Amino acid sequence: MVQVGQFALALAFVVTAYSIAASLVGIRLKNDKLIASGKHAAVATFVCVSLAIASLGYLFVSSDFSVAYVAGHSNRDLPVYFKIASIWGGQEGSLLFWGWLLTLYSALVVAQNWRKHTSMMPYVTAVLMGTSLFFTAMHLFVANPFHLSGVALADGSQNLFTPRDGTGLNPLLQDWLMVIHPPMLYLGFVGFVVPFAFAMAALLTRQLGDTWIRITRRWTMIAWFFLGTGVMLGGNWAYHELGWGGFWAWDPVENASLMPWLIGTAFLHSVMVQEKKGMLKVWNIVLVTLAYTMSLVGTWLTRSGIVNSVHAFAASPIGGYFLAFILVGLASALYLLYDRLPYLKSENEMESVVSRESSFLFNNLILLASCFAVFWGTMFPVISESMPTWMGGGERVTVNAPYFNKVNVPIAIFLMFLTGVGPLLAWRKASTNSLKRNFLIPSLVGAGVGVVLLFWPGIRPWPLGSGEFYAWVAIMMSTFVAGTIFREFYKGARARAYGTGENFVAAVVNLTLRNTRRYGGYIIHFGFVLLFVGWSGQAFKVDMAGIEAGIGDTFALRQYVFRVDDLTVADTPNYTAERASVSVFENGKKVAIMHPEHRNYKASQQPTTEVSLRSTAKEDLYLVFQGPTPDGSKAILQLYLNPLVAWVWIGGVVLGLGTLIAMLPNKQGVPEKRRRAVKSDEVKEVEAVS
Amino acid sequence: MKRRQIKFVIGSLVIVVSLAFLAFTGFQDNKAYYQNVSELYATKDKAFGRNLRVEGDVVAGSIQRAAKQTKFVISHTDAKTNETHTLPVTYVGSDPLPDTFRDYAQAVVEGSYHQDGVFVAKSMTAKCASKYEKEKAAGITLPPVTEN
Repeated sequence: MVQVGQFALALAFVVTAYSIAASLVGIRLKNDKLIASGKHAAVATFVCVSLAIASLGYLFVSSDFSVAYVAGHSNRDLPVYFKIASIWGGQEGSLLFWGWLLTLYSALVVAQNWRKHTSMMPYVTAVLMGTSLFFTAMHLFVANPFHLSGVALADGSQNLFTPRDGTGLNPLLQDWLMVIHPPMLYLGFVGFVVPFAFAMAALLTRQLGDTWIRITRRWTMIAWFFLGTGVMLGGNWAYHELGWGGFWAWDPVENASLMPWLIGTAFLHSVMVQEKKGMLKVWNIVLVTLAYTMSLVGTWLTRSGIVNSVHAFAASPIGGYFLAFILVGLASALYLLYDRLPYLKSENEMESVVSRESSFLFNNLILLASCFAVFWGTMFPVISESMPTWMGGGERVTVNAPYFNKVNVPIAIFLMFLTGVGPLLAWRKASTNSLKRNFLIPSLVGAGVGVVLLFWPGIRPWPLGSGEFYAWVAIMMSTFVAGTIFREFYKGARARAYGTGENFVAAVVNLTLRNTRRYGGYIIHFGFVLLFVGWSGQAFKVDMAGIEAGIGDTFALRQYVFRVDDLTVADTPNYTAERASVSVFENGKKVAIMHPEHRNYKASQQPTTEVSLRSTAKEDLYLVFQGPTPDGSKAILQLYLNPLVAWVWIGGVVLGLGTLIAMLPNKQGVPEKRRRAVKSDEVKEVEAVS
Repeated sequence: MKRRQIKFVIGSLVIVVSLAFLAFTGFQDNKAYYQNVSELYATKDKAFGRNLRVEGDVVAGSIQRAAKQTKFVISHTDAKTNETHTLPVTYVGSDPLPDTFRDYAQAVVEGSYHQDGVFVAKSMTAKCASKYEKEKAAGITLPPVTEN
């Protein structure tokens, strides 16, 4: 199987290189057969890399520890689904997984668009395969997952040996979310390659009309959906697995996934300005390029060990190659953009600060500012160390979570404001009357909720700039935005119900299905409102550390009393565990039994804690079993009371559903118009070629 | 430049300047020097009073756990001089110690270095050294070759 995998990788490398060459030479010679051959090679690459990853999967499932990567990330007693998930549990395998998804996307794109966009597709193929060539080269020469187990001897030769058992998958990764979180995240990262390929193809063919922007918008939605889902799952994993009571720590790896997401969000908004007004054309290409760059930077950060992170793997040689590839890609894209500037003239200009396009402009400005602040903070250790001493450099300087919060919390609140205001402003210029009509009631409701919160539950939003203050403002803003969204649904559905005679609920559903982009967008915004409310709760988190309790002991927090009923020991093939059984009483009534665990994994000899959670809409109780006291008679526990956290996850689900709805085609009516738009674009394509 | 464009420029400038201000102050308040144990000793007196993040390997057998504070020692061996420096650490943070914190783990402690030579850490992260690296560090010889 090792040979099959190695051979498949080598073949993938050759076929990828051929695909690029055939596409480019085919374009130059106007040889359709050669171009078609390049396309088929792109699909063949997918088959080759699939074979390689299947071989690796087989090696994991059959526990073949003669392969170093398998020995380092699995063990015999690991459940089979974790064995399969171990494929992406380490450096080499996760890169292979990245590369495989890229070839999967490439094959889909090629198959789906070949007939529709004849002149653009060879370039798209070349760009996709260009990225793929880099990855196949990495698999083959730098981070090969099929290297055999052994030890390098002093004279440089290898002493091969097969360990009796593997060292096991990192216990923190032995969680069902770890089976799906990395694939989601990677589908997101890799997804941004497709919009970039179309943007470059559009520049190369000078076909900068509606076609590329339409395809790109759809693919960005897909990438954005997966990336967002991946980030949410990652947050959820951190929350219930890591045991520190939170879900976001501004760790470099988290930042790496956030940055392309922020850029993608900016693009999904500014693309509307181009569609409706023919403005921001250059800017949109810059955004697509940045999203691609940031997703590579994200992979680079997490895989090269260049910045210190809890997730990052050991320092490895891939860093330099990645950096070079990223810089070359970015430079070529920007040069090409500069060369094609005359084709990207804006058709309109900004007229009023209070207008839809203006709100999108500010939305883009602060999303980019946020991304820049995150990038700066994440990369500063590297930047400060490489600066010369006379500039105060030479020492590695890092920044912590409070820095990221200080910049991004006001940004998030301002974004929330734009979320409420932007969609309801008219294009060009909004009239004072419309402002009053649309925003008076939601503003009053938002302010009213703010006042009520001061008395119940008695929020004290001072000093200015404290967590409590921001949380208070955030909740008011969320209420305001929710108000505008409900008003839109109500207004639209009432008009529809009146016109068609449908009942109100049917009217809401049909309204949404007939204009999925608009109402799907509102649902996405509403998901953010919920997420925001959940996030605000973090300001009121309570933390009780170092509780030492034996059987029968009790401890209390607010209206809750906890009683340790039992402390037991369990033994499974994979790990041993100390378990606590804790009864929870709320206002004297028993409401739950919690079972926090402290585990010791056998293969990796690594201890972990299994958090016990009791989640309600109001607050989460989060109990951690840190371990026994030195004499073994008592348990050391830590308790967090986390208000409103459940809304973060509910918001995430709403967000995902909204995105899926927004991707649905509209029911009736609109497709006819769209078909015509496509046709006219193809006419333009033909004209441009001849 | 037309009047309405000036409005956009002013609006954007206000946003950018206020964000830059927040970023700058946030940066000054929260920056920490990131060093390994050897580098920490090399900065001498500058080390006191600085906010620091120090990286080192947890010395085997040095961990003394307690509910309120945990004491341990981290070490770093300079690759060039082959000298090993050790740093005693007292962890006083409120977060539970990470699961990966154990003998031989790569730890990063954050806090301040005091005149008595003890590092008081308010937070820490730990990365588990792989089993193989650990054995190498401990000087364990190769396992015997198995028959398959």
